[in-house]
Amino acid sequence: MNASPRTIPTLPRPVVALAPARRATLWRRCGATALLCAGIVVVILLSTSTGPLATSLSDAAKIISGHFLPGMVWMQDGTISVSQDQAVWNFRLPRTLLAGIAGASLALAGALLQTNVRNPLAEPYILGVSAGAGVGAVLAIVSGSTAVAGLGLNAAAFVGAAGATVLVYLLARQGGVIAPSRLILAGVALGSLLAAITNFLTITTEAQNVYSVLFFLLGSVSAASYPQLILPGIALAGVGLYAMLRSRALNAMLAGDETAIALGVNVTSMRRTLLLATALLTATTVAVCGGIGFVGLVVPHAVRMIVGSDHRRMLPLVILGGALFLMITDLLARTVAQPAEIPLGILTAAVGAPFFLWLMRSSGARAAGVDR
Amino acid sequence: MNVSFDKVSVTLGGQRIVNNVSLTVPSGTVLGLLGPNGCGKSTLLRTLYRAQKPSSGVVRVDGDDVRSLGGRDVARRIAVMAQESTQEFPITVREMAMLGRVPHQRGFGADSTADHELIDTALREVGAVHLTERYFAGLSGGEKQRVLLARTLVQQTPVLVLDEPTNHLDIAFQLELMSLATSRGLTVLTALHDMNLAGEYCQNVALLQAGELQGFGRPHEVLEENVIRAGFGVDSRRLEHPITGRPLVAVARLDPQPASAAQQQHINHETKTVKEHA
Repeated sequence: MNASPRTIPTLPRPVVALAPARRATLWRRCGATALLCAGIVVVILLSTSTGPLATSLSDAAKIISGHFLPGMVWMQDGTISVSQDQAVWNFRLPRTLLAGIAGASLALAGALLQTNVRNPLAEPYILGVSAGAGVGAVLAIVSGSTAVAGLGLNAAAFVGAAGATVLVYLLARQGGVIAPSRLILAGVALGSLLAAITNFLTITTEAQNVYSVLFFLLGSVSAASYPQLILPGIALAGVGLYAMLRSRALNAMLAGDETAIALGVNVTSMRRTLLLATALLTATTVAVCGGIGFVGLVVPHAVRMIVGSDHRRMLPLVILGGALFLMITDLLARTVAQPAEIPLGILTAAVGAPFFLWLMRSSGARAAGVDR
Repeated sequence: MNVSFDKVSVTLGGQRIVNNVSLTVPSGTVLGLLGPNGCGKSTLLRTLYRAQKPSSGVVRVDGDDVRSLGGRDVARRIAVMAQESTQEFPITVREMAMLGRVPHQRGFGADSTADHELIDTALREVGAVHLTERYFAGLSGGEKQRVLLARTLVQQTPVLVLDEPTNHLDIAFQLELMSLATSRGLTVLTALHDMNLAGEYCQNVALLQAGELQGFGRPHEVLEENVIRAGFGVDSRRLEHPITGRPLVAVARLDPQPASAAQQQHINHETKTVKEHA
C-alpha cells in the first residue's frame, strides 16, 4: 500500500545543492519586508495628502516631518496653511496610523489564534470578543450618546470585549486546561448569543440610532485621535514582542500538542497566554475601530502562502501586511464614495476576498498545500 | 543515559491505566514495550516525556526526576517520535526537522549553518534528503516516519522514545527504521506490537497487561508460550528463524470459536497453505 521507496533513491545530494532554495526564501522574505515597509510609507503620504482640502504629497511629507523634527523652515515660512497643517496632522495622520495599528493587531491576533487552536479557519472574532464589544457599544449608543454608567462609546465597547473574553475563557476551561475545540465552540456560541443581544437592542432603539450602531459594527477609524492610538499601540507592541520571542515554541505548536510538549514547550500555559494576548489585541482594537472583519483571517493565510508557516518569518510580515492592508482599505473607504465614507468592514471583505481568492488559486498556494 | 520508572501509576478519569510499574533501562540499551492495545504502553511512555503526570511514583532520566526538570531540560535529554502528526498548516520537511532544534535554541534569531548541516545530515541518514523542500503533508506514511525520525536525530538527545514507530509501514522499512533507531548507541524505549521485531532489536522487553508489568527481561526469556498466552490471549510456538537463526515466535488464535462449516473449511485451507509454506 505504502509507496515509500525502500532503497535510498539516488546519491545523497551535496549540501550546496540545497542552499539556493534557502537563499531564495531569504530574498523573498527580505524583499517582502522592504516592499511592505515602503508601501506603508507611501500609503501614509498618499492618505495624509488625500481629502477635501488640497494638499500635495510633498506638503504632507513636510508637515509630518516638521512635527517630528524641530526647526524646519517650512513650518514657519507660510508655505503651509494652518488648516492644511490641521487636516494632515490632526485628522488624516491619526486615522491612518489607527488603521495601521488596527490592521496589524487584527492580523497578528488572527495568526496567533490560528496557531493556538491549530485551525486555519480561526480568526479573532471567533472568540466572541468583538460581539462583546458590539453589545457594549450598542448599549452606549442606545442609552443616549453621553454614557452608560459614565463610560463613553469606546470604553463601553472595551468593557464589553473584556467581559466576553473572561466569559469565553471560563467556558473553555476544564480542569485548568483549555482545549482548542472547546475554545472555538464556546466562542462561537457566546458570539451568537451576544450578537442576538446587539440585534435586539438595535431593532428596538429609535431609528436615528441605527446608523450609529451600524457604523460601529461595520468598523471605522474616521474619528481617530492621538490618545486613541495609545492603548492599541501598547497592546500591539507588547504582544508582537512576546510572539516573536516565542516564535520557535509557536512553530512547535503547529506540529501538535504532544510534539510540542516533547520539544519542551509548556503547551497549557502557552495556550492560556496566547488566548489572553489575542483577546487583548482584539478588544483594544475593536473598542476603538468597531468590527473590522476579514483582516484577521486573510492576512495570515496570504503571508503563509508567500513565506511559509515558520513564525519567525511570517509574524513580521503579518504585522506589516495587516497594517498596509487596512491603511489602503481606509484610504479607499474615504475616497471611492466621496463625500460619504464607507465602513471599513465592508471594504475589507470587498477588497480582501477577491485578492485572497486569487492568491488561493495561484500556484504558490497549491504548493503550500491549500489544495488539500 | 539510563531511564528508570519507580512504582509509577497513572489514573485517568478514575481508571487505573498504569499500575505500579517499576523498571530500569540501562544506558545505551533498547527496551521494547509489548502488550495488547490499551494496556498502558503509550501512557507509560508519556510519563517519561512529561506529557502525562504520574498519579504516584517517579520517572527518572539520568537519576533526575523528569517532573522536577524543566520541559526544555527533558527535551534536551529525550526525543520523541509520537503517533500523532497533525498537519493543518503548510510545513516543509526542512521546517519539520528543524523543530528538533527548538529545545536547543532561544529567541528570534535565524537558524545557524550548523543547524542546517545537522538537518541535512539527519535527512540523508534516514533516506529523506530528496524530500527536503517538499511539504510534509504531501508525503506518504513511510516518508513522514522518516522525517519524524530525522527530527528526533536532530534533537541530539541520549534517549529516544518511539511510540509504535512501525505502524502503517511496509515490512522493509519497518526493519530499516528499527535498525536506524537502535544502531546509534542511544537509550531507546519503543512501544511495539511485533514480538519478532522486539526479539530482533531489543536487549530487553517489558510486557504490560492492563497497566501492570507482567514480565521484564531478555526477549526470548520473557516471551514464553504461557506468558504470551496470558498477555495477548494467543497461542504460540518458538521456532528458529531459518535465515538469522534467532528465536522466532509464531502465533495462532487460541481455541478458535466454533465456526460455520464454510468458514471452517476456509480456515483449514489457510492452515494447510501456511504449513506447506513452512
